[in-house]
Amino acid sequence: MAKNEPKPIKGLTYEAAFAELETIVAALESGEKPLEASMLLFERGQALIKHCAELLDKAELKVQTLTGDVPVEFKENE
Amino acid sequence: MLKVKFRMVDRHSEPEYSLGMEQMALFDVSPRWTVTDLTRHLRQLLETDQELQDVWVQGEISNLSRPSSGHVYFTLKDSGAALRCVMWKTEAARLRFAPQDGAAIEAHGRIGIYEVAGQYQLYADNLRPLGEGALYQEFLRLKALLEAEGLFDLSRKRPIPELPRRIGIVTSPTGAALRDMLQTLQRRMPLAEVVLAPAPVQGDEAPTALVKALRMLNETTAPDVILLGRGGGSIEDLWAFNDERVVRAVTESKAPVISGVGHETDFTLVDFAADLRAPTPTAAAELATPVTVLDLRQTLIEMGIILQGSLRALFERQQALLEGQQRGLRYSSPLRRIEIERQRLDELSRRGNAMQVHRMELAHARLKGLENRLAALSPQAVLQRGYALVTKNERVVFSRSQVREGDALHVRVRDGEFDAYVSGNG
Repeated sequence: MAKNEPKPIKGLTYEAAFAELETIVAALESGEKPLEASMLLFERGQALIKHCAELLDKAELKVQTLTGDVPVEFKENE
Repeated sequence: MLKVKFRMVDRHSEPEYSLGMEQMALFDVSPRWTVTDLTRHLRQLLETDQELQDVWVQGEISNLSRPSSGHVYFTLKDSGAALRCVMWKTEAARLRFAPQDGAAIEAHGRIGIYEVAGQYQLYADNLRPLGEGALYQEFLRLKALLEAEGLFDLSRKRPIPELPRRIGIVTSPTGAALRDMLQTLQRRMPLAEVVLAPAPVQGDEAPTALVKALRMLNETTAPDVILLGRGGGSIEDLWAFNDERVVRAVTESKAPVISGVGHETDFTLVDFAADLRAPTPTAAAELATPVTVLDLRQTLIEMGIILQGSLRALFERQQALLEGQQRGLRYSSPLRRIEIERQRLDELSRRGNAMQVHRMELAHARLKGLENRLAALSPQAVLQRGYALVTKNERVVFSRSQVREGDALHVRVRDGEFDAYVSGNG
């Protein structure tokens, strides 16, 4: 993840962001990375946490209805 | 059973003498009951009859009333007779349907007498719509059948995912159950995506529609978990969830199924077949989201702490490393060599000084010796011993040939000197 160009955080789903966060924490905890790389990882970890928290704040249940073969947006009639 | 003692008025006061017929009519002394005693006696007769204490009575409800006390009063009747019934508040609260005038029902309870009104009645503890008893028999038959087939085996139950991404719901699109489930999911796990497969949940078309909805959900959207449910109702309302086809569709579902049918006390065959049974639709939505948004927030906070901690540990490690290297650097630094040299120099100079002193002392001692030896050689010392030093014209006279008669000589002795003349040389 650190080797390739890291993906922009803004577009990450919660699952993807959290999974990356977990690898970052694991990498940092192992303490094998050099200082500078660790600093970068730490900063990205912080950004991922912020992103995840924002996703949770904004999260709204997405509801679709299966009518026929294609799911459509669900609308409550009340 | 409590034996009631009857008080009989004048029962034992038999007349001691016989009277004529007219008198008999006037002074009838055969036993008499009080109303209370008689009623109590009747009540005892009824209450000791085991069969009357555990009866199912079938009839149509009329004169239903439910005063503020909460007890329910009604009359059960058929074409031939009527039976007063009362159902106490606590039992009435457990009813799964609302009894109405005109409804054909079966009532269970015991026959007793309300003494104050002199009225025998059924003290009902359970009511069910007519025909439910037959349904229940069918339920038991089918349950035994499917159970024998292994469809309800615990080993078939699949685990419910902790964090489902997609949740399928099979229920009526207009029911309160759906609203309850959606609200619960929104509150607990709004990250989830919900796919609703709408189906009628009661009526003749319900079973096939439920089966189709389950299949469609599995095939088109592959949800992580499926909620199957409906709100409370009579056993007939819930009957589709006892339908064999629906039960089989549940066991065939690829995604684990959580059932939430009716109320806590309702058990349907779908409940037995489901991977997890929830007492209500709301509870089903809760069980489908074991990890909530609160848990996720908590985890994020903990991750943040771990992240900070690992960075701090990293810095501390680096610091320790740095200090170690500083020590190493100091050890191998030229400055250190210079220091060592300087120290050696100091040492040398200290030792050098000592040698110097020694040498000086030695020199002093030698000088002293020389001095002593010199002193010993000094003519003065010889003079001390009584000799005299004779000089002529400042030259030491060593030999008689050096002097003639009349020469002036200079003589030096221990304590001074004087002049002398040579008086003869012979």
